[in-house]
Amino acid sequence: MSFAASSTSREGIEVHQFGWPTSIGLPLLAIFVQVFVSQWLGFIKIFDFPLLLVIFFAVARRRPIPGLITGAAIGTLQDVFAHAVIGLNGIANTLIGYLASSLGVRIDVENPGSRFLMTLAFCLLHRVLYLMIDRGLVGANEPWLWGHTLVSAVANGLMAVVLFAALDRLKQRP
Amino acid sequence: MENFFTRYKNPLVLMAVLVVQVIALATQVKRPDNTRESGAGGGPRLIRVWTVTAITPFERALVATGHFFRNTWHNYIDLHNVRRQNRELQGELDRMRLEQARLKTEAEQSRRLEALLDFKQRYMGPTIAAQVIGNSGSDLSHLITIDKGSFAGIRQGMAVITPDGIVGKVRGVYPLSSQVLMINDRESGAGVILEGSRLQGVLRGKDLGDLRVNDILSDEKVEVGERVITSGGDGIYPKGLPVGTVSAVGPDPEASPFLAISLKSAADLSRLEDVLVVTEIEEAAPAADGSEAPHRAADILAQRLPSVPKKAEDNPVPGSAGASPATAVKKQTAPQKISPAGQDQPPDQASPDQPAVQKKPGGTGTVKTPGAETHAVPVKPNRPQPQAPDQAVEKPPR
Repeated sequence: MSFAASSTSREGIEVHQFGWPTSIGLPLLAIFVQVFVSQWLGFIKIFDFPLLLVIFFAVARRRPIPGLITGAAIGTLQDVFAHAVIGLNGIANTLIGYLASSLGVRIDVENPGSRFLMTLAFCLLHRVLYLMIDRGLVGANEPWLWGHTLVSAVANGLMAVVLFAALDRLKQRP
Repeated sequence: MENFFTRYKNPLVLMAVLVVQVIALATQVKRPDNTRESGAGGGPRLIRVWTVTAITPFERALVATGHFFRNTWHNYIDLHNVRRQNRELQGELDRMRLEQARLKTEAEQSRRLEALLDFKQRYMGPTIAAQVIGNSGSDLSHLITIDKGSFAGIRQGMAVITPDGIVGKVRGVYPLSSQVLMINDRESGAGVILEGSRLQGVLRGKDLGDLRVNDILSDEKVEVGERVITSGGDGIYPKGLPVGTVSAVGPDPEASPFLAISLKSAADLSRLEDVLVVTEIEEAAPAADGSEAPHRAADILAQRLPSVPKKAEDNPVPGSAGASPATAVKKQTAPQKISPAGQDQPPDQASPDQPAVQKKPGGTGTVKTPGAETHAVPVKPNRPQPQAPDQAVEKPPR
């Protein structure tokens, strides 16, 4: 809280808050869509809606601790339904939430172009982190699939431009 | 120290969260693979169980909703396809019905033509096959039109028959078609024989198309169901062709003491389609054994085509069945007007009610119908026949 307040007062950057229904309901909805709706709409699997929400909440709040906690919670919940080792997405999303909130303090993330580039970079970073944890800690051997990763990152970047513009209406001024 | 935690609060929290998650991850990795995959174990398993249990109702509701919409959509698509398929199948069914009707018609026509061909092969006389293409369109006039005319060799007076029985005779000939006067027309007439009793009579048509055999005395015994065939003596219809069966027998109120014998036609005169036109009558040659050699030609003709006394008073014993046909012929070979067989006579030369039987030298009579139709028919020798004043004697039959 102090970080957000000091940042706002020092750099004139707006800090937003979200209500509890939005803070809990949107991640659950994102996981729901990602896990269940994608069974019928296969193209949804190219997106990573939980990661997009982690980025959105982090850059909007511009507070690292809420950002990393949001990332940890959403990532862990995503791991639960992924029927894989719990912590893969949790650790990766924790780092992404922390970095996104830290980045939001320093640069303007309201511009669609910057949102696209930021999301693209975070998606690639998330993939790198995920694979590092998977290979380094879990000992699995999941392939890199750089082509698919790049396409997915671009798709998520484009989706972020649209999704963030829609979610901006849910922002509340403190 | 307090400044350290305050200053590095965010990285410290990050590290703490990461350490917790790494420990949890390490705990899962330490377990056997099958246990890890199945989610068994302590904390991680509980988290997974609780989460999945909490989310399962929503998942089931979502799946059910999805199935509902998907089934609804599929049902709509299926219904749409079923309607289209139904239309296609209905069209196919209609086409098949038409095809079936066409094949059925062709099969029936084939059977008729086959029967006609078989009859034609068995019947030795030359004939011309023709199709019925029209009729008179009236219940009181029984005429049909066939698709063969003078170009095909049809001539007036030729007999028209079917394998079932006689139909009529050609009355009008045109280049490409002919008009046939059927035997059930009231202007028609033919010489017939009751097959069982060998009684001879004159076949006449009635106003409504019924068939009647006249000129048989009421003391003769005629059985219902008895077959009636052509006598062959009229020079039009070949001898021995089926005409019909007796359907009713009773006294003729219009011409006592004769019988009114109703016939059921052998040929279905109301549904004629294919007929044969007899172009030439070929009678079977008599057996050339020695027993018949002494007979005279006039006697032979008289036996084949017997006649009747001209008037009742000509016969000393009225109604006598023992009168010789030859005698009758001798009595009626007076000079008479000669007309070609088969040609029509003026209407005023015949009685309107009864056909006038005109004697031929060879024993053949000519029936003059009220409608100017003239037929050469055989007549019974012991039967009185009304005569027109101006009788015409036709040439002897072939």
